[in-house]
Amino acid sequence: MLEKALKGNSRYWSWVAILVLVIAAGFFAYWRQLNHGLAITGLSRDVPWGFYIAQFTFMVGVAASAVMVVLPYYLHNFKPFARMVILGECLAIAAVIMCMLFIFVDMGQPARVLNVLRYPSPNSLMFWDMMSLAGYLVLNVVISLVVFGSERKDVPPPRWIRPIIILSIPWAVSIHTVTAFLYSGLEARSFWLTAILVPRFLASAFASGPSLLIILALLLRRFTRFDPGSEAIQKLTLIVTYALTVNIFFVAVELFTGLYSDIPEHVHHFQYLFVGLEGKAALAPWMWLSVSLSVVSLILLYLPGVRRNHRVLPVVCGAVIVAVWIEKGLGLVVAGFIPNPMGHVVQYFPTVSESMITIGVYGIGFLILTGLYKIVTTIRDQIDVL
Amino acid sequence: MSHRDLGKVVFGLAVFIVLAGFPIWYAVAGKLQRTRPELEYPPGETACVEAKEYMATSHMELLNEWRDAVVRQGQRTYTSRSNGHHDMSLQNTCLDCHRNKTAFCDRCHSFVGVRPGCWGCHVEPKEVLGDEAM
Amino acid sequence: MKRCRRDFLKLTGFSLLGLGVGSPAAGSGESRGEPATGIRWAMVVDTRKCRRTAGCTACIEACHAAHNVPEIAESRHEVKWIWKEKYPAAFCNQVHPYTAESIRNLRVPVLCNHCDRPPCVRVCPTQATFRTQDGIVGMDSHRCIGCRYCLAACPYGSRSFNWLDPRPHIPAIREDYPTRTKGVVEKCNFCQERLAKGKPPACVEASRAAGCGAISFGDLNDPESDVSSLLRTTNSIRRKPNLGTAPSVFYIV
Repeated sequence: MLEKALKGNSRYWSWVAILVLVIAAGFFAYWRQLNHGLAITGLSRDVPWGFYIAQFTFMVGVAASAVMVVLPYYLHNFKPFARMVILGECLAIAAVIMCMLFIFVDMGQPARVLNVLRYPSPNSLMFWDMMSLAGYLVLNVVISLVVFGSERKDVPPPRWIRPIIILSIPWAVSIHTVTAFLYSGLEARSFWLTAILVPRFLASAFASGPSLLIILALLLRRFTRFDPGSEAIQKLTLIVTYALTVNIFFVAVELFTGLYSDIPEHVHHFQYLFVGLEGKAALAPWMWLSVSLSVVSLILLYLPGVRRNHRVLPVVCGAVIVAVWIEKGLGLVVAGFIPNPMGHVVQYFPTVSESMITIGVYGIGFLILTGLYKIVTTIRDQIDVL
Repeated sequence: MSHRDLGKVVFGLAVFIVLAGFPIWYAVAGKLQRTRPELEYPPGETACVEAKEYMATSHMELLNEWRDAVVRQGQRTYTSRSNGHHDMSLQNTCLDCHRNKTAFCDRCHSFVGVRPGCWGCHVEPKEVLGDEAM
Repeated sequence: MKRCRRDFLKLTGFSLLGLGVGSPAAGSGESRGEPATGIRWAMVVDTRKCRRTAGCTACIEACHAAHNVPEIAESRHEVKWIWKEKYPAAFCNQVHPYTAESIRNLRVPVLCNHCDRPPCVRVCPTQATFRTQDGIVGMDSHRCIGCRYCLAACPYGSRSFNWLDPRPHIPAIREDYPTRTKGVVEKCNFCQERLAKGKPPACVEASRAAGCGAISFGDLNDPESDVSSLLRTTNSIRRKPNLGTAPSVFYIV
């Protein structure tokens, strides 16, 4: 099956070439980081996690969001998702690999990363994160291979794959729950120490993941003969709409608790994010952009005309992705550290090298996704022709 | 596999064997140092914390044991099989005698091609601080 | 079938009851003030003595010199084991608009608190940071993978990460103690290597030499130790007590 990714037209190879260039630039920047240390990033003693961990947090959500197509199709026999499921699973595979890469490039001593396996620490959420992500990757690879392989041979998939597929449903929820626990269990960071962080993560994941899936499905429709079906896309837009509603509601609820209780420890983080603290407000424009994009997207998504318009829909989905990416990435990770435990405001800006490495990792993820989608669309085409 | 391809396969295999066997040809041609390196021992000292043969084969394991005992268990005294008690410290026991890293540690390490990660943190004695092999 | 279900429910019910009785017992220990056997190291910082010697950095210099701690100019890459913070920063929730100026401007030494219930140890994925029997939160730089989860988890900002190679920035490298390398975390270790030789921590010795004697150190389980007597006779506070970390560094204000 894999050889299908090696045959393509000039447009395909141009796209692959761009990705390879981006990846090469990322590698070069990472080589610099290995030599000089993480000092080439914008991170600091007070903000030890930034761009890399923000991408990781966002992409875990995208990976988990595959459950939004798997659950209706496999558990409830929702036939319209028949051709969407494989796209979701491939996206999950690429997303999980990106997550692991983002963690890897963030490590100070990456050669020692296997120490997490040599000295298992069940008290640490990072240990469980590694386990759950690895398990999810294996699950999705096995499921995709077996189910799509069977489809290709025009036979029903073997019965033993069904319990594995069912397992992937709570597992998807668990990978994002564990990631949220990474933050929400820390008494040091009052911004994160809230139970609603877990549902917030899930809601924002189910808004941004399916949005990306919609864009990818529309792209495949445009550039290949693969058509996941209008009804499938419509259902996904409904999922995005409801998830985005819940996400905005959760953010509003958080704002209420923080601002109404007026406890300085809670207020300060929101203050920094939206209006600035001690005259420093680097993230404020981003946060207002995120809020505006979220609200405008939500209003638009409530209009059936917009949901059905396949020219406007990808733009709105793009807005949702950007809004959630800002809110979950910069708005959550960085703001947790500002102000620092002593009450000082130390800001964070990603550097050029840091951005190059980040884009390089995205390049690797999209290259894998491109290859997987190439295989799926080519084989689907061959089956349909037959 | 057709007759045409057989020729290509054999040729390819031959090229591979020549390239992969390079270390053997190079050694046979006498270009590799075949004798063990000469080590300079600290003047005036007669014995290490353990016997020389044991140290040559197992000093890495010994240091790992020392590391875990000191850092994680807080145990600092080592009872040697041959030579009494010693403070378990690379820095203050081993390097106190073996002060010339280049003439001692680095000789064998370069010969076998290993680069131990110790020297990133553990400080070599000042006399030879200029010639870090790392 | 009915009978089996009833028995099962009974068994479950009793088990849950048993758990409920057991858990308060499970939570008890040194941190609740119960005495424990063995040494329990602690430090008392008498800030009243610090007040008399404003601008003094003897404890910091001694510690950083003894442990090859680098001096890095760029503040975001700073590595520090002990440093001075203004009182309102060290004790965030314990000042108010009418707090005396002298307290407001007071600079107190802050360092790793060697908590009894350390969140950094809880989150470390490799146990590179761990708590010893005698109450020290240790750091194994050999094992650290540099994930910086412990930096995120520390409520006091006590930990530093080596964003670059520290060697070029160490003013005078001492041969009797290692340095660290880029990509690992470091912090105060209560001078474990000095305690092993029966010496007090470097900052304690320096504060005595500087004449202020602001920093005392000793065994909390020994009622005759400096720290025990000080804590028994004078009021003391800890940083961020509401978080339940149970620090071993006490401050007299």
